[in-house]
Amino acid sequence: MNIQGKNVTLHDMCLRDGMHPKQHQISIEQMVDIATALDDAGVPLIEVTHGDGLGGASVNYGFPAHSDEEYLRAVTGAVKNAKISALLLPGIGTVDHLHMAVDCGVTTMRVATHCTEANVSRQHIQRSRVLGLDTVGFLMMAHMISPEEVIEQALLMESYGANCIYCTDSAGYMLPDDVTARIALLRDKLQPETEIGFHGHHNMAMGVANSLAAIEAGAVRIDGSAAGLGAGAGNTPLEVMAAVLDRMGAHTGVDIFKLMDVAEDHVLPILDEPVRVGRDALVLGYAGAYSSFLLFAKRAAAKYGVGSHQILLEMAKRKTVGGQEDLIEDVARELAQRQS
Amino acid sequence: MTKKFKAAIIGPGNIGTDLLMKAMRSEIIDPVWMVGVVESPGIQRANEMGLLTTTEGVDGLVARFDECPVDIAFDATSAYVHADNAAKLNALGVTMIDLTPAAIGPYCIPPVNLNALLAAGEVNNVNMVTCGGQATIPMVAAVSRVQPVDYAEIVATVASDSVGMGTRDNIDEFTRTTSGAIEKVGGAKRGKAIIIINPAKPPLIMRDTIHCLTEGTPDQAAITDSINEMIVEVQKYVPGYRLVNGPIFDNKRVTVSMEVEGLGDFLPNYAGNLDIMTAAGLRTAEMLAETWYAQN
Repeated sequence: MNIQGKNVTLHDMCLRDGMHPKQHQISIEQMVDIATALDDAGVPLIEVTHGDGLGGASVNYGFPAHSDEEYLRAVTGAVKNAKISALLLPGIGTVDHLHMAVDCGVTTMRVATHCTEANVSRQHIQRSRVLGLDTVGFLMMAHMISPEEVIEQALLMESYGANCIYCTDSAGYMLPDDVTARIALLRDKLQPETEIGFHGHHNMAMGVANSLAAIEAGAVRIDGSAAGLGAGAGNTPLEVMAAVLDRMGAHTGVDIFKLMDVAEDHVLPILDEPVRVGRDALVLGYAGAYSSFLLFAKRAAAKYGVGSHQILLEMAKRKTVGGQEDLIEDVARELAQRQS
Repeated sequence: MTKKFKAAIIGPGNIGTDLLMKAMRSEIIDPVWMVGVVESPGIQRANEMGLLTTTEGVDGLVARFDECPVDIAFDATSAYVHADNAAKLNALGVTMIDLTPAAIGPYCIPPVNLNALLAAGEVNNVNMVTCGGQATIPMVAAVSRVQPVDYAEIVATVASDSVGMGTRDNIDEFTRTTSGAIEKVGGAKRGKAIIIINPAKPPLIMRDTIHCLTEGTPDQAAITDSINEMIVEVQKYVPGYRLVNGPIFDNKRVTVSMEVEGLGDFLPNYAGNLDIMTAAGLRTAEMLAETWYAQN
């Protein structure tokens, strides 16, 4: 593989996707500490939002320790060079949240939909573009449809005004060939000026391999998180990705030793439990279920006396999409009834 | 009771046609007009079913109103034209049942607040909120009529095939309108609404989760009874409104999950989200008609 000389923008997720394993309880001090350390390491883009995006504060997904607004104001006020992004899932967050985030100093807005439902993102993408933001269309669970179907949806988001389209492996299901097929077709069919990004989960331990495949096929933005802090087995570990890219001669502008320090000295100490490829995370990736279901399945498993991996298998079998956390308790109850 | 009250349906699309098929079975509502803006299968179908039709919109209905006056008009068009439709028909003494997100009139969830709206005086326009609102607000109200609800949150999961472009183009309207009605009609101090669209095949039946956080410790027996009574009320017009799980009590949280299967009149069974809108619209018309009948 030759990616020598390519420029890659690394986008850190540990203060958004990392909210899932932290049950949205990262403190303001921890956020500011990690964000300033990432900034100092030269990470150009940092995402800060509830794990389920702006407006995600809910019974269903979990109430955070602080509001999106409090987190965003604290972080945007603390970083020197890094730009701050926010995630927005139409159906959960609204244009009102978008305006709030912009007011807080967010300059990249990532509008996320399930991979087949891009046309719910029109009003948010258009608004973001009108406000002059770097606007990303984020197609989640992209393993569930063919590369050709991904293109159809990506073209919709591009037509609304997205200047960057992401292929998002929310379940950590994809293998490198799956990534190559999708990213290469996106590169072929989208406008040359539209950037392409890849967001991986490490459930099959493919985070780095998949991201490299994405770069080779034309992606220029790669999501990861320091120490891998993210849903499921976490995101692509950013410090590992940066080190690999350095060895391969690609340019990220990141100080890899400082980034290693961020992971080791700032992120690792705040973990409640190791973020690793445990049985549940592996089942998420193997079967293709949304990574943030993990802790919900563990809790429901304890309550109903069934295996959490069995719940996750069933969630995948039912072709659930991101956001369907409320089904997990029903599934656990049904599995328990079947067993008795 | 013979059919006493005549109705027009504006908008001969899927919703209007499903509503027509339900109204044909009504003992008190007589659908007589179908109003469209172009020749369409919906207009043709209404013609075949013996309705008067016009393809000149509400102006066409107004011009020929004397041929067959109506008491009620269901508006199944869009928020953009509803205000105009309502102004023209209200002037002729017609009561509007608004199935669009325009919400000029008060929100109406029939088993929750229609009697109160009627008791408060003359109503010439009521709004049917959203599909998610019709499916979930009865449950919020079932809790809040027992004890104060500080916060209520609903998650509506619907089949991709049942979500039209109107909703997709302005999904924020769903979120805002539903959360507003959770407070105003459901009686929660704060409301939140989430919608999830799932493309699985075969399409999934509409599923709703309702979480309420009560102010004090929930009175489990009273809340359970209230919920069961409310389900029976909704089942009067949506027989496929079913409790899937709950009520689950966890400290101050009360959670109920429901499934809404439609009757499959014109819309497919899984589209309970659309069925509950047309059924609630017709139920509203019938309750209005019963009130008028009793007054005369």
